[in-house]
Amino acid sequence: MKTTKEISLGDIAARAEELRGENMTLNMGPSHPATHGVLRLSLELDGDKVVKCDPVIGYLHRGDEKIAENMTYNQFVPYTDRLDYLAPLANNVAYAIAVEKLAGLKMPERCEAIRVVCCEMARISSHLLGLGVYAMDTGAWTVFMYTFNEREKLYSLFEELTGARFTTSYTRIGGLTRDLPEGWLKKVEAFCDGVLKVIDEVDKLLTRNGIFLERTEGIAPISKELALAYGLTGPNLRASGVGFDLRKDKPYSGYEKYDFDVPVGTKGDCFDRYLVRMEEVRQSVRILRQACKNMPGGAWYAEDAKKIFLPPKAKVMTKMEELIQNFMIVTEGPQIPAGEVYFEAENPKGALGFYVVSNGGGVPYRLRIRGPSFVSLSILPAIVPGNYLTDIASILGSLDFVMGECDR
Amino acid sequence: MEAAVLTDRFPRTQVLASQDMPTYQVAGEDLVETVRFLRDAQGFDLLADLCGIDWKDRTPRFGVVIHLLSTTHREYVRLHVGAVNDTVPSVSSLHPGANWHEREAFDMFGIRFEGHPDPRRILMWDAYPYHPLRKEFPLAGIEVPLPAADVAEVTGQTVEPAPMMGGPFVSPGGKMSEGEPSALDQSWNEEKPKA
Amino acid sequence: MVKSDFGYNSKVEGEVIVTRADAVVNWVRSHSVWPMPMGLACCAIELMGAGGSRFDISRFGMEVMRFSPRQADCMIVAGTVTYKMAEVVRRIYDQMAEPKWVVAMGACASTGGMYRSYATLQGVDNIVPVDIYISGCPPRPEALLDGMMLLQEKIRQEGGSLKRTFRGRTVETKIVR
Repeated sequence: MKTTKEISLGDIAARAEELRGENMTLNMGPSHPATHGVLRLSLELDGDKVVKCDPVIGYLHRGDEKIAENMTYNQFVPYTDRLDYLAPLANNVAYAIAVEKLAGLKMPERCEAIRVVCCEMARISSHLLGLGVYAMDTGAWTVFMYTFNEREKLYSLFEELTGARFTTSYTRIGGLTRDLPEGWLKKVEAFCDGVLKVIDEVDKLLTRNGIFLERTEGIAPISKELALAYGLTGPNLRASGVGFDLRKDKPYSGYEKYDFDVPVGTKGDCFDRYLVRMEEVRQSVRILRQACKNMPGGAWYAEDAKKIFLPPKAKVMTKMEELIQNFMIVTEGPQIPAGEVYFEAENPKGALGFYVVSNGGGVPYRLRIRGPSFVSLSILPAIVPGNYLTDIASILGSLDFVMGECDR
Repeated sequence: MEAAVLTDRFPRTQVLASQDMPTYQVAGEDLVETVRFLRDAQGFDLLADLCGIDWKDRTPRFGVVIHLLSTTHREYVRLHVGAVNDTVPSVSSLHPGANWHEREAFDMFGIRFEGHPDPRRILMWDAYPYHPLRKEFPLAGIEVPLPAADVAEVTGQTVEPAPMMGGPFVSPGGKMSEGEPSALDQSWNEEKPKA
Repeated sequence: MVKSDFGYNSKVEGEVIVTRADAVVNWVRSHSVWPMPMGLACCAIELMGAGGSRFDISRFGMEVMRFSPRQADCMIVAGTVTYKMAEVVRRIYDQMAEPKWVVAMGACASTGGMYRSYATLQGVDNIVPVDIYISGCPPRPEALLDGMMLLQEKIRQEGGSLKRTFRGRTVETKIVR
């Protein structure tokens, strides 16, 4: 039996507040395909529009900084691989350079050039995946397949160089694990030609694609002041108009020798971030070609680093002094003098900073890792509110973060 | 930027020796004004990093290290602040990016930031009772109940200390005669069960 | 079809296959395992690589990576499980419908890996019953495919009911036909 209740318009007006309803709290949980890892967003929605966004991180906090205080410098290199696990070589290089700065070592030219090649290949690898996954989030599955296929070629190259597809652990304090294999540089040059074709293909598929433009243009613009206020670095900062690139402005590992441009965006919206990354891949290819052509010969590790870098095996097996050095360095760690150093490297996701405090000895006193993704995510509460729920996937994809770096 | 520019304006600031960038020891009371001066007048517009550090044997025991970057002059500067009574003024009003860094310093060390809009843990769950990066906290961890009561009931799992036997191998440091390399965290092993 | 389960001569018997019900059900189940990728860390990238065109998990019928636990058969825990994440993994496991399997991919999911620290769960088998452990850090996609093939073998061996032993308690789910 239905009962009808008569309400007057006056009642409705009085109950307007009640009728409007409450905001809905939605949990975009840690296990979600669009969050690129274990990120939890606690959202407050007014219908379809996001009113408040509170990211909860820490689901991948493994205690790297505490582990570093119990390991020698070389033992920590595999942990640096797993920080930004899309570009492990870049992390290895950043860590090695930071500790070498503390030790006051100067690297020979060949070592620096090889490190540049590694960093740029890692940059291409990370951007290819970033673009592929971003496209997948906005609906373009084909791009994901193309870029992943190209990354497989990179994996083959990494495997030949370091022994592992990714998680390479290639650098050591004072140099590298081993020298370049023969014929490897030619393969890198062949790869460069291939990746440009794939990038052109992705360009054709996405850059003027109506759907992609609708989903990315004008979404979540980050102004220059906001980007600087939140400490963004890397492509996110450059898309907002600040032309700061650590490779050009504070060059390390011989970057000043190479000729390349730095793409800078204007509006700082999702589309700009996408464009900046596309162009960075092309510039990386440019650097790679120069580095491969002009690879210097000579030593690939710091030969004067007596207490830091392992002596060559031929001498270890035959001479007493080198044998003792080898033993000391392996068991007690490279002896880094006391002091503190902060070094930031231009990683594909931003500026990866290592703050190393040493009390002498082979184990750091404090190792702080400044993850660029940590900083990129901290801007979410400021830029997500006001956008629709469906735009969140687009925003997250454009910021290109990795939880390994964020949570450490 | 010359060191005198800062020390003249803030007399309690000391210059520290460093091999890579100008480093200053700043008093807690001057911190916000120093960072504001550096940002507005000297062009240090980007907060690169803010972290805590546990100086075991110093007073005050905890410190905060702030790295500022000037994108226009391409310079870094490092500021050390001592946490008197474990408290440091928050710079998140000047650099909003410091918000999360300060939350992490609180989470890992227990340093409280005055004026922080949202002081809660960020990497560990809210109910976690310890501050992991303090020097007396063991790497293996201390047993606490699992954060979710329903999962703990079904599985009988708690937050257990990780097994340290077998690694990480670091020599006890100093003399080779200490014997075989063994884990630094010897709070429990085969002979000595955990307390 | 498993050869020992039937003898078949289409000229004699016509278009009819005689076999055990278990064999058919297990055959169907093993060849369309829909994984739920619990991709937490670096192993997730190798999982995605296995889904790519070079290693092609699609040849095994597993390319349908359902992110919703209600629609998936097998949860592949790929990456480090921290204590904070443990409740999420368990909840998602509980939401999956029977029959379900768990594959611990990589060193971190199997035993905690190289992260012996205060925040890392030392092996996902502390909270969910695991069927297959795949070692590697990260395991190559070939290793993952090998593990999935082992899982297929395991599924084919299953009897009329699913028995799971976890922390000393055995749960048996009878399949009603």
